[in-house]
Amino acid sequence: MKLGISLQIAKTHLLTKKRQTLIAMLGVTFGIAMFIVMISVIKGVNKFLEDSALDSSPHIRIYKEITSNHPSIIEDANPSNFNIIYHQLPKNELINIKNGLQIAANIEKEPTILGVSPQISSQVFFNKGPVPFSGQIAGVDVLKEDKLYDLKKRVKSGNLESLLSTPNGILMGKVLARNLNVKVGDKITVTTPTGNLKLVKIVGIFGFGIQTVDGVKCYANMSMVQEILQKDKSFVTDIHIKMKDSQAALKYAKVLKNQYGYKTQDWAEANSAFLAGDKIRNGMVIMVSITLLVVAGFGIYNIMNMNVINKMKDIAILKATGFAGNDIVSIFLIQSIIIGILGALLGIIIGFCLSYLLSSMPFDAGDFLDIKTFPILFEPKYYGLGMIFGITTTILAGYMPARKASKIDPVAILRG
Amino acid sequence: MLININRKSVENEIPLLGVERLVLQATNINKYFYEPEKFQVLKNISFEANRGEFLALVGKSGCGKSTLLYILSTMDTTYDGKLTMNGERLTGRTQDQLAAFRNEHLGFVFQFHFLLPEFTALQNVMLPALKLGKYSSKEIEERAYQKLKLVDMQDHALKQSAKLSGGQQQRVAIARALINDPTIIMGDEPTGNLDRKNSEVVFEIFKQIAHENNQTIIAVTHDPDFAKGSDRIIEMSDGQIIS
Repeated sequence: MKLGISLQIAKTHLLTKKRQTLIAMLGVTFGIAMFIVMISVIKGVNKFLEDSALDSSPHIRIYKEITSNHPSIIEDANPSNFNIIYHQLPKNELINIKNGLQIAANIEKEPTILGVSPQISSQVFFNKGPVPFSGQIAGVDVLKEDKLYDLKKRVKSGNLESLLSTPNGILMGKVLARNLNVKVGDKITVTTPTGNLKLVKIVGIFGFGIQTVDGVKCYANMSMVQEILQKDKSFVTDIHIKMKDSQAALKYAKVLKNQYGYKTQDWAEANSAFLAGDKIRNGMVIMVSITLLVVAGFGIYNIMNMNVINKMKDIAILKATGFAGNDIVSIFLIQSIIIGILGALLGIIIGFCLSYLLSSMPFDAGDFLDIKTFPILFEPKYYGLGMIFGITTTILAGYMPARKASKIDPVAILRG
Repeated sequence: MLININRKSVENEIPLLGVERLVLQATNINKYFYEPEKFQVLKNISFEANRGEFLALVGKSGCGKSTLLYILSTMDTTYDGKLTMNGERLTGRTQDQLAAFRNEHLGFVFQFHFLLPEFTALQNVMLPALKLGKYSSKEIEERAYQKLKLVDMQDHALKQSAKLSGGQQQRVAIARALINDPTIIMGDEPTGNLDRKNSEVVFEIFKQIAHENNQTIIAVTHDPDFAKGSDRIIEMSDGQIIS
């Protein structure tokens, strides 16, 4: 078969110059291996951050936004005019969600909902000796909150049920507890923004693994918090929702906003700092990978060019004995492709081994993140992508020298 | 009256039906070089070659004989005039068409053997036949072996060509030129790189090919003994055929 003879010649060329073939391969191998490692690490980090964000935030948070951005009375008085208002101040309105408990109960009925936890939360000060520590107290139905966050598992000492039997009990974040130097059983004074004091008892310590939660938050019974804030039993400032499908939350948040008129914040918005790096990291992977592959491509282009120059006499005699231009192109292009396939295969194997090694490396992010080893994502599609990149690069890099080879004038060479 | 019928004279006198006697016809071939300035290297060349003829193309250096040979080889298509081989008009065909023609009907032996160094002698001989694809791989291997036998190189068939001596390589090159049983074998100073003994061997092989296999040989040569042993000498000078 016509392709068969070109393949045979190409194979012989590759096998007789094993070292040169290997060097050409290594360029591709290195590029692909690095690509695999980088994308596995970066996607792993991204996923880990996303999971952490999802884990410890509500999918949707409904609350009353204190805003200065509402239509002024002038708009009603002069509707046809162009009104400009400076320095609008927020109204002195209540920060609760009207009929909050009702709304929460309604939402809970939806089949797509995993759980709903209405809460009353407030900034407070913890008094440890003369120094006040600021933090946040969330008055909840602790069983509902457990449904959202699997709180029971996160309790490091003490237990969750004690909160139900201790009206003035609190569950404290572990970093906050450490800063305040308190443990289960200790009592501590809490001061509200309006100046009320309450002595509370620590019945449990929890840890989410995230600084912004563990260093700031406390859980208490809803009734106690309503009491110290001097509000009634239906006073609710937030509704936290978790859905069965986290991606669906992004749409549902908008639905809820339209339905009830309160500000809704989805988990992506709440963790935008966490997730901002995603796009940048992805962009970096692509740029570095392309660079590596372009360099590998240049390497192959060089080697194939040299090959063609070295083989000019052979090409001339092949043409003399009747090989057409396309046959010559095939001979050299096939060599490039084989180098590409073998190089890419070796690349993804090495990439996998390196990724595996990395994934068992210990990694300590301190209190900021709860992670023990480097997060790596193993996904077959990256490996497939790596193969495709490698082979495409070699085809592109090998084509031009191959074409050059086919255009060689045999007469000039044969005449010497 | 008894008529002495001699096979050879019958062949020469009476045209055989169905087999063309004329294998090559060159008509009014003109060629110019343009560097460093316009120079006419071939002036109105016309000649014919017959089947089974052993032709020598001779002349001083620079007379244009190699240039003419490469036009006849179909590898050089930059010329004015007409070239016909085996009754087919070759002038005006594309490179790929000419390559296919060369593959089937022509064989080449150059001053330098031009064997592919990574392949064995046997593989080198097989290559043009594998390209032609007329026979199976096994058949081609057998035929290649036969051709090597013709040039007394069958014992070296599986040796890598780079490991053979100059004379041996040239003989393998001849075997390669013969593998597709071409109508015409063209040689550009085939004995130019060989010593006396090897030159004689090559000459004998060529004569045998021409007279026993009825294949035409057109060889450019500087070797006077080579030329003397041929059937016809075409002498060139200054781009023209003078005899």
